[in-house]
Amino acid sequence: MSRLTGLFVQLQDAGRAALIPFMTAGDPSLTATVPLMHALVAAGADAIELGMPFSDPMADGPSIQCASERALARGVKLRMVLEWVREFRKANSHTPIILMGYLNPVEAMGITPFAEAAATAGVDGVILVDLTPEEGRGEAVVLQQHGIDPIFLLAPTSDPERVAIVRSMGSGFVYYVSLRGITGAAQADWAEVLQRVQDLRQQLGLPVAIGFGIRDAATVAQVAVGADAVVVGSALVDQLAECTTDQEAIAAATRFIEPLAQAMRTTERRGV
Amino acid sequence: MGVYALPDASGHYGPYGGRFVAETLIPALEELEHAYQEAQRDPEFRAELHSELRQFVGRPNPLYHAERVSKELGGAQIYLKREDLNHTGAHKINNAVGQALLARRMGKKRVIAETGAGQHGVATATVATRYGMECLVYMGEEDIQRQSSNVFRMRLLGAEVAAVRSGTRTLKDALNEALRDWVTNVENTFYVIGTVAGPHPYPAMVRDFHRVIGDEARAQCLELTGRLPDCLIACVGGGSNAIGLFYPFIEDKAVRMIGVEAGGLGLSTGQHAAPLTTGRPGVLHGNRTYLMEDEDGQILPTHSISAGLDYPGVGPEHAYLKDTGRAEYVAATDEEALAAFHRLCRTEGIIPALETAHALAHAFRLAPTMRSDQTIIVSLSGRGDKDIHTVAALEGIHL
Repeated sequence: MSRLTGLFVQLQDAGRAALIPFMTAGDPSLTATVPLMHALVAAGADAIELGMPFSDPMADGPSIQCASERALARGVKLRMVLEWVREFRKANSHTPIILMGYLNPVEAMGITPFAEAAATAGVDGVILVDLTPEEGRGEAVVLQQHGIDPIFLLAPTSDPERVAIVRSMGSGFVYYVSLRGITGAAQADWAEVLQRVQDLRQQLGLPVAIGFGIRDAATVAQVAVGADAVVVGSALVDQLAECTTDQEAIAAATRFIEPLAQAMRTTERRGV
Repeated sequence: MGVYALPDASGHYGPYGGRFVAETLIPALEELEHAYQEAQRDPEFRAELHSELRQFVGRPNPLYHAERVSKELGGAQIYLKREDLNHTGAHKINNAVGQALLARRMGKKRVIAETGAGQHGVATATVATRYGMECLVYMGEEDIQRQSSNVFRMRLLGAEVAAVRSGTRTLKDALNEALRDWVTNVENTFYVIGTVAGPHPYPAMVRDFHRVIGDEARAQCLELTGRLPDCLIACVGGGSNAIGLFYPFIEDKAVRMIGVEAGGLGLSTGQHAAPLTTGRPGVLHGNRTYLMEDEDGQILPTHSISAGLDYPGVGPEHAYLKDTGRAEYVAATDEEALAAFHRLCRTEGIIPALETAHALAHAFRLAPTMRSDQTIIVSLSGRGDKDIHTVAALEGIHL
């Protein structure tokens, strides 16, 4: 059983959703990345989404755009991101790691060399924001052949046909973009989101993570009642951006994640 | 190749094109594709577009025989397709009118656009006012500085111009920002993309709205010279004026088609914007095409004297035409473009845009190698009034 599937089975038994923080690899510093990943786990993260920086992150809001620009300015490369995952795995063999980014840097490396290196490093899932299931059939197969889950996105606007395509190609979980907009924007109606997630889980037969618009313990609690996982991105990236030392960043991440993890553990899931 | 019928049903030109966007945009692109197909079949839409191109844009524009410069060069006869004589001074208005009519038909009240040199922004601001729509134009901060007169023009026309400060602060970042706006406001907003790039159906739709350039030029050339041209030349940034000129000639295999990219300070310096000449295939802004990228797949900053060519990608159909050999792609440097700019000013009394001057530079190189009974058509894609400050500054003159 893959780490991701194992996690969702275990949390199903525990009756709660997974907390998945997002951080950009190489931000706020090169040396902070691996210690930050461990700090997130210690503070209660169930899995980690690690952003692979790209020069043109067209689906991201200002927070993640700037983090990406800062990381690239520090010389972050895809091979370094994979090396950090390998480093993390030396001390942690259970927490799933999901890489998130855009297609072009992965394609520049080559999908097969990327999948091989990612699998060796201990990566569990890959989200490529601009790779739709229609365009990504080949890539999805290669990832799966290497034991990595290709994770696709669905949106409020996705119709049943697209849900069916994702069902046939995705594995691990499906990332539900809970609002129309970019990362970091505000969310309005959670009841509607949760209803849709309920339906999707039935149709897909896969766990559904909710991302976009989740900023604090209050929203986490609202969302965690109906989702299999909750992704927190821009809000954490904003916290880290203000840190000038690695110690500060680790403390800020811990301070930010702990109450969210607490909210997660006290929110019982319903209707699952 | 058979009868040329690209893109295919999924928006591909061979391996290029396609639809590489965040999931949120997929339904919007499907809605657009559907609406566009319907509009194309609707005689009323076609009649309205035709009427607007005549009455508002001023088409057809002339195919002008540049006799003095042809004689001076002593080779092929150079004909200029005068897109600079269109309303707003460039070819961009052909597509802006088409997309704005489509937006109105789809009931969208707000249009957004990205712009580099500002010509597409001006064209979009113009049609938005003409059809009573709200208009927001994204423009890189660096471009705002070098094209300040076009920024003022857009504001005069009632559009809001948003400065983009992310990335390299040029056209590619304006495109990212416009895509982010569209994802957020997809319900009421129509994104008027200004070139033959972006996700399907944009490359095909923008080409179709510009094919009037080639359709007119083909008929005019037959009328003026009694036969088809030997060669077509156009500048290529995203490549919209080039594809507009080339497309109606694709089946005329004897007609050479040459796209001219921005060679900047020289191809060997890396300071240029010539993805077809020096780049490799990758994925950016919703489509697969040739890109200027580093070995890690990060998009490289570009350089060109002309803001309109300062773009690291190119329309996917050009990528296909390059690979199949149907079209050729070369580069002209800043210096060559400037020389061509001055030459056309002095011989023909026409001030061309700096973008256009790249096409002229190659035409002036090629013409002397051809016979005087041969014909070159150059797309004179825009007028150069917007560039006089740039040219003056290079000569140390402060206007």
